[in-house]
Amino acid sequence: MDVASAKLIGAGLAAIGMGFAAIGVGNLFGQYLNGALRNPSASDGQFGRLIFGFAVTEALGIFALLIAFLLLFT
Amino acid sequence: MPDPIHQFDLHRILHINVGGWDLSFTNSAFFMLLAVLLTFFFFLLATQARALVPGRLQSVAEVAHDFIAGIVQESMGKGGMKFFPLVFTLFAFIFATNMLGMFPGAFTVTSHIAVTAALAGLVFLTVIVVGFAKNGLGFLKLFAPSGIPLYIMPLIVLIEVISFLSRPLSHSIRLFANMLAGHIALKVFGGFVVMLLGAGAYAVLAPLPLLMAVALTALEVLVAFVQAYVFTMLTCMYLNDALHPGH
Repeated sequence: MDVASAKLIGAGLAAIGMGFAAIGVGNLFGQYLNGALRNPSASDGQFGRLIFGFAVTEALGIFALLIAFLLLFT
Repeated sequence: MPDPIHQFDLHRILHINVGGWDLSFTNSAFFMLLAVLLTFFFFLLATQARALVPGRLQSVAEVAHDFIAGIVQESMGKGGMKFFPLVFTLFAFIFATNMLGMFPGAFTVTSHIAVTAALAGLVFLTVIVVGFAKNGLGFLKLFAPSGIPLYIMPLIVLIEVISFLSRPLSHSIRLFANMLAGHIALKVFGGFVVMLLGAGAYAVLAPLPLLMAVALTALEVLVAFVQAYVFTMLTCMYLNDALHPGH
């Protein structure tokens, strides 16, 4: 197998990692909504933490995408 | 297919060579300068009025100040305000450069690992210098959390040191990868529109990738703000470790 083909296969495999990050992000927002529906007045105070948690979780998915792009374009 | 990677190429605008060092003024430097000038003149203009009850423009500056001051004080307490200029500058620079990159044809400064690594390295060095300057060798208490039994202490210290050293890595790569991935995705969908338009009968389908590109652009504007916010928030958390080491 030549390098170019192996790179493309590797890029495809790396992109699978984003699925796990998607589960994490969905979990986060689901728990937030769960809590917000039980205690709506406290939900606004935690919104900042939600966005922060989302960004750090999303980052790991984007690291996987970065590996895929690095394999595709270099 | 149009190449989505060449939008990140550096072009020299002004060739400057100082004793063998290539210090050319590039498109990256141009947009950095533009971001700095825009931010500087915006805040200069907005705080010109100095009214006790702020007008619309002054309110924007005050909201920005209170937003960042809230983040700083929530992480570091009142004593953290001495880092406010650094934190606000980081937020304003990253936000301005991210947003400037959203304009069609503009260059996204933070889509280069060199830029984000420099910013994250600055934060990392500041944490180490401030940590040792303020706490002396007590700063190393950061790697030895309290309440851990002695027999697994060596393992815990090793894990804490590795996780501390990985901070500038994740800090820089998070911002870099978000900007890179966002702009590559935008370019790919833009390329789809062009390809469909050139494919004869399939040109009727061209609005579909265009709609996707519009939605992605909206998402990227949000991501531009969120990434600046997260970079700033993490900077405050790391600086808090320097000011108050030990969990």
